[in-house]
Amino acid sequence: MKFLVCISNVPDTTTKITFTPDNKEFNKAGVQFVINPWDEYALTRAIELKEAQGAGTVTVLNVGEADTEPNIRKALAIGADDAIRVNAHPKDAFFVAQQIASIAKDGGYDVILMGKESIDYNGFQVHGMVGELLGIPTVAPAMKLDMSGNTATLEREIEGGKEIVEVNTPFVASCQQPMCEPRIPNMRGIMTARTKPLKVVEPTGDAARTEVAAFALPPQKQGVKLIPAESAGELIKLLRNEAKVI
Amino acid sequence: MSVLVVVECDGGEVKKSSLEVASYGSQVAQMLGTTATAVAVGEATEANLAKLGEQGITKVLHDAEPRLKDFVNGAYTKLIAAAAQKEDAKIIVLANSNIGASVGSRLSIRLQASIATNVVELPKTDGGSFTVKRGAFSGKAFADVKLDGDRKIIAVKKNSIEALHQAGKTAQVEAFSAQLSDADFADAPKQVVMQDQAGGILLPEADLVVSGGRGMKGPENWNLIEDLAKALGAATACSKPVSDVDWRPHHEHVGQTGITVSPNLYIACGISGAIQHLAGVNSSKVIVVINKDPEAPFFKAADYGIVGDVFDVLPKLTQAVKELN
Ligand SMILES: Cc1cc2nc3c(=O)[nH]c(=O)nc-3n(C[C@H](O)[C@H](O)[C@H](O)COP(=O)(O)OP(=O)(O)OC[C@H]3O[C@@H](n4cnc5c(N)ncnc54)[C@H](O)[C@@H]3O)c2cc1C
Repeated sequence: MKFLVCISNVPDTTTKITFTPDNKEFNKAGVQFVINPWDEYALTRAIELKEAQGAGTVTVLNVGEADTEPNIRKALAIGADDAIRVNAHPKDAFFVAQQIASIAKDGGYDVILMGKESIDYNGFQVHGMVGELLGIPTVAPAMKLDMSGNTATLEREIEGGKEIVEVNTPFVASCQQPMCEPRIPNMRGIMTARTKPLKVVEPTGDAARTEVAAFALPPQKQGVKLIPAESAGELIKLLRNEAKVI
Repeated sequence: MSVLVVVECDGGEVKKSSLEVASYGSQVAQMLGTTATAVAVGEATEANLAKLGEQGITKVLHDAEPRLKDFVNGAYTKLIAAAAQKEDAKIIVLANSNIGASVGSRLSIRLQASIATNVVELPKTDGGSFTVKRGAFSGKAFADVKLDGDRKIIAVKKNSIEALHQAGKTAQVEAFSAQLSDADFADAPKQVVMQDQAGGILLPEADLVVSGGRGMKGPENWNLIEDLAKALGAATACSKPVSDVDWRPHHEHVGQTGITVSPNLYIACGISGAIQHLAGVNSSKVIVVINKDPEAPFFKAADYGIVGDVFDVLPKLTQAVKELN
C-alpha cells in the first residue's frame, strides 16, 4: 500500500508571534520551525500501518521552499521512505491542495494522510479540497484509522461524539489525537534519513484564491483582577455584575 | 444573487452555533442588499426551522431524506451545492465546526469559490474588495483575508458573533430535494456513538466551561469541577495530561491538540496555562484562573484570578453560585 503523508513546516508552538513592519507577513527571524504537530499523527500512523502490513511505502510531501528540508529529513528519520518537496511558497490552502492533488494523481497513492490543520494558518481546508480535486472520499478529522485490505475503518470526530466510517482506497483523511503516539527520530533513523531520496519538483500553476491583507495581534489583556481566596464567593458576584457572563 | 446559510440541526433543534451563522448570513445579505436563505442539514423539525426568521432568514430549504440525520460528507456537499445553485448564492456561510470545515472545503472546489475558515467578524466590503477577519497562529493572532472571485464561502467561529433574536419573525420552510442517490451516501457512518457530556452540555457549543488540570490531583476530585459546572450550567473540560492519564475522556481535552473553545466564560482550575493549553482557550471572552502558584503563567491571560487551593476555593464558588440563583 502506498501512503502519501502531507506535512507542513510551522513555527514551534512556543514561538512569540510577530509580523513584518507592513504586517503582511509572519516574521521568521530567529524562529524555530517544526513539523506541524497534527501532521506527526498522520506520519506515525502511516508508518505503523506500513509496518503492520509488512509492505508498502510512506512518501512525505511538503509544499515549501528549501528552508523546509530539515523537517522533511526529520520525517524521513521518523521512518518515511522517501520525500517530495514542491518548490514553492505555500500561498493559500487552495494553492497547496492543487499541488498535493497533482502529485497524488501521478503517484497512484492509496491513502493520503495529513494533520487536521496547521497550527499557523489554522485553515482545516486542505483535506477536503484534495479529496474533491481527486474525486475521492475525505474523512476529517479522524481520531482512529485501521486498514483491512483496501478498506479503512475510521473514527471521525463529531460534536459530542464520533462516527465510525468505512471507506475504500483511495481516500484522504486528516488526523488528530488520539490516533497514535507520535514517534521521535532515533539515531539510526537520523543516519539513514540522509541517504533517503528527496525529490524536488516545480509547482503546477500559481493559482490562489485568497490573500492576507494584514495580520494583527489580539488586544492586550487588561491585567488580572485578583480576588482573595478567603472571599472567593465575591468572584461570582463580579462575574454576574461586572463581567456579565453568568 | 443571495446569501446561503448552512444550519446544522441535531435532534430536531437548530444548533446554537448555527443561530449565530444564520445571524451572520442575514447581516451579510443586508449589507449586500439581498436576502438570506438557509439550507438545513441534520434532523430538523419544520417549526424550529421556521423560527430562523428570528435570525433574519427569509426562507429555509429542507430536504427530508432521513439518511441526512447523521453527517455524510458526500451527501451534505451535494445537497448544499444544489441549494447554492438553486438560490444563485454568491456567498455561503457555515459554522466553523467539524461538519462546516469538512463540507466547506469540498464545496470550495465544487463551486470554484474562495474560502475563509475560523472567521470572527462580519466582512468589510470597501472598494470592491471583500475582506474577513480570521483567527490564526492558534489564537495568537488574527489575519484579514481578502476573498477573491465571484463566489465566497465563510466558516464562522463559534461565539464570535451575537445571535439576533427578532421576536415573532418566521422564515418560510420550503421542501427541497437534492435528488440524492445511494452513491451519495457511500461514506455514510456505519455507527454513530455519542459520548456522555457532563450535565448534557456539549463542550464545543458551551457558553460556560469549567476546566480542571493536573492540580486537581486525581479523578476522584472531579466532583468539585462537576458541582460548579452543574450549578452554573457549564460544560466540563480538562488539560491534556489529565486526558492522557485517563482521569477524563479525550473529548474533554482542550488546547492546541484538543478541542478549541471560545465560550463567554472559561474557569481554569489547577491548570498552569502552558502555551499549548492557551491555544485552545485564549479566545474565551472572560478567563478565570484558580491556581495556588501566584507565578502560574495562566494569570497573565486571565481576567479574574484567585491565588489559592482548588480544594478550598471550588466549594466556595459552587456555594456562591447556588446562593445567587
Ligand atoms: C506538541 C504539544 C501539544 C500539546 N497540546 C496540549 C493541549 O492541547 N492541551 C493541553 O492542555 N496541553 C497540551 N500540551 C501540554 C502542555 O504543554 C502542558 O504540559 C499541559 O497543558 C499542562 O497541564 P496542567 O496545567 O494541567 O498541568 P501542570 O503543568 O502540572 O500544572 C498544574 C497546575 O496546577 C497547580 N496546582 C497544583 N495543585 C493545586 C491546588 N491544590 N490548587 C490550585 N492549583 C494547584 C500548579 O500550581 C500548576 O500550575 C501539549 C504539549 C506539546 C509538547
